[in-house]
Amino acid sequence: MATLIRNAKLAHDSWQRLEAAADGGLPSIPPQGDLLVPLKLWQLSSSALLGRPSGRVGVWLAPQEDPALIADSLDALALIAVHFPQFTDGRGYSTARLLRERYGWKGELRAIGDIQRDQLFYLSRVGFDAFELNDGIDVPQEDLLRSAQAALSAFGDFSEAYQTSVERPLPLFRRRGAEVA
Amino acid sequence: MYQYDEIDQKLVDERVAQFREQTQRHLSGTLSEDDFRPLRLQNGLYIQRFAPMLRVAIPYGLLSSRQLRALAHIARKWDHGYGHFSTRQNIQFNWPKLEEVPDILAHLAMVQMHAIQTSGNCIRNTTTDHLAGVAPDEIVDPLVWCELIRQWSTFHPEFAYLPRKFKIAVSGAEQDRAAIQVHDIGLQAVRGDNGETGFRVLVGGGLGRTPIIGTVIREFLPWPHLLSYLDAILRVYNRYGRRDNKYKARIKILVKELTPEVFRAQVDAEWAHLQDGPATLTAAEVARIGSRFTRPQYLKLDALSPQYTQALAREPGFARWAGRNVHEHRVPGYAAVTLSLKKTGVPPGDATTEQMEAVADLADRYSFGELRVSHEQNLILSDVKQSELFAVWQEAKALGLATPNIGLISNIIACPGGDFCSLANAKSIPVAAAIQRRFDDLDYQHDIGELDLNISGCMNSCGHHHVGHIGILGVDKQGAEFYQVSIGGAQGNAASLGKVIGPSFAQDEVAEVIARLIETYLARRDSEAERFIDVVRRIGIEPFKENVYGNAHQKREARARQLAAA
Ligand code: SF4
Repeated sequence: MATLIRNAKLAHDSWQRLEAAADGGLPSIPPQGDLLVPLKLWQLSSSALLGRPSGRVGVWLAPQEDPALIADSLDALALIAVHFPQFTDGRGYSTARLLRERYGWKGELRAIGDIQRDQLFYLSRVGFDAFELNDGIDVPQEDLLRSAQAALSAFGDFSEAYQTSVERPLPLFRRRGAEVA
Repeated sequence: MYQYDEIDQKLVDERVAQFREQTQRHLSGTLSEDDFRPLRLQNGLYIQRFAPMLRVAIPYGLLSSRQLRALAHIARKWDHGYGHFSTRQNIQFNWPKLEEVPDILAHLAMVQMHAIQTSGNCIRNTTTDHLAGVAPDEIVDPLVWCELIRQWSTFHPEFAYLPRKFKIAVSGAEQDRAAIQVHDIGLQAVRGDNGETGFRVLVGGGLGRTPIIGTVIREFLPWPHLLSYLDAILRVYNRYGRRDNKYKARIKILVKELTPEVFRAQVDAEWAHLQDGPATLTAAEVARIGSRFTRPQYLKLDALSPQYTQALAREPGFARWAGRNVHEHRVPGYAAVTLSLKKTGVPPGDATTEQMEAVADLADRYSFGELRVSHEQNLILSDVKQSELFAVWQEAKALGLATPNIGLISNIIACPGGDFCSLANAKSIPVAAAIQRRFDDLDYQHDIGELDLNISGCMNSCGHHHVGHIGILGVDKQGAEFYQVSIGGAQGNAASLGKVIGPSFAQDEVAEVIARLIETYLARRDSEAERFIDVVRRIGIEPFKENVYGNAHQKREARARQLAAA
């Protein structure tokens, strides 16, 4: 189970993530609990997912999946996650900005997959507010907690930023002007 | 020089602290080599053949004497007493120890320098004309725009993990001296109908395995939109650039596969959302950045100094040097001077600690403490009084930096090659030295005239061999080091890519092959005014081939034709 950071704090994770089988076959839908489902399952079975007696629904996107495909569904969702198969695959950074800035997603936006502390700063700037750390295999629980705790400091790696971003929509040069005024 | 403000400085300091902590985690075993690699690359640190290599950015090639002294200090304290100036306005140190790199970065930060994004799959150091700000043919001073791009690209959160490296070059002059046609993005500053500044935007140029000349996707981008338009290009590339094959991951492949028209349409569609957004530049910001550049306090001088003209008449050696290494300046009475790092027998672009310190002194005494680094791997004193050129020449000569070979065959561009680089197929430095020795006679060099000879140790093309009038590429032939020779490449406004003349050569044959190419050129040129590249363009590569390979290949081809006809 990955360690979850939400709003820069360690958090409990109530979500169960569903994945397609290796052959592309879609998983069956558990009757309850919060479910984070692949885009395909959402597209094919949104009414079944929403019609369950209890539990919320979220969608996770693979790097190549266009966030425009869920732009009309945002009201029905309680979580959106973006998967990073390797942390060096940077497509998810653009996905996040589009979800926040173009489609107006206000809820939890979670980075999942190969996420490590060294990516937290940039990820948070493009609009992620939750992170499932890639804990590796066979790491004892108390070590995980310690390193996750240490990882929280990564949000403060830099005190300023030049560009526009979700976190600071105005670039530094526009905020500078405001300080003077 | 651009002077950091408090925030610029703080960000660089914070980067040092971040990297120190990452290095510690790596050395203590909690950050694996695989996970550390992309992080160290974004700080310019490679693990090379013998030791790590640290690449330090010299943003847009502008360097103060104080900074050069700091580089000299680094070379002395943490390296083997020299540094290598690369073809992208960077300096590389070949021998630092991994655990000491954070200290080197801290030292750099003290003089407003860094190694941020000098390698890795991110936006690299923005390069420009080595005569930026002083060239007489300048339309727009590119330095301010380069600094704006530097700030925009530094720690850009969306584009730190691109499919591949990404290089931007800016030219502000009529003559393109920044190779903008062979960059991922090339920006040509131009003036609009009402005199306002804008940019012609090229994308998808590049060297490497698939050399391509960039395509213009926007003829005139008004300056306020510079950054939002760059955001749009980068976003399209970040989302759709290939990640399945690193040899097809550069933006040039995306542009080619989509076609430039479709690529442009995608950028425009993206830009429609970003245009006039918060990234739109303001006149106040451009003025603020401009005011942070210190500018030389020029004296009012006559256009031509009599001391200079007299010295030219008196000293043929000085006149020869001035003819090659002194460049016109936009301010009357001043000149820019290239100090050659291409002395025969010295690896191209290498400078020792002592040379760096001596050049820093020269800059202080003769050039307002300012220097430029050129993509031809030389150093430039950008603002020298004509009346002092003779003194500069004498001092430079004593330092071994006055080889009068700028634009000549011995001003070779070469990558570090197999002596240092772990990706190399073959060495480049000994080949450069052999050619320089073969053409040691300066009169002969001057007779040959303008000739760019570029050498890369492998297909990554760091030595820009595709755009050399003569290009030499290290190739691997069953485990042995061989060299492929091409001719007809060029940089600048009429950029073109060289054509391979035929099968490759062993290392000890290369200098002789070059001699034959030169022979052919001298025999076929109309006059001294017709340069090597002009002759190749006029008569094609066949006559050159013939002289190099004999007519053996012609017979082979004739036989093949006969067989085909039979
Ligand atoms: S061209 Fe090849 S050998 Fe030369 S520096 Fe680049 S990667 Fe190394």
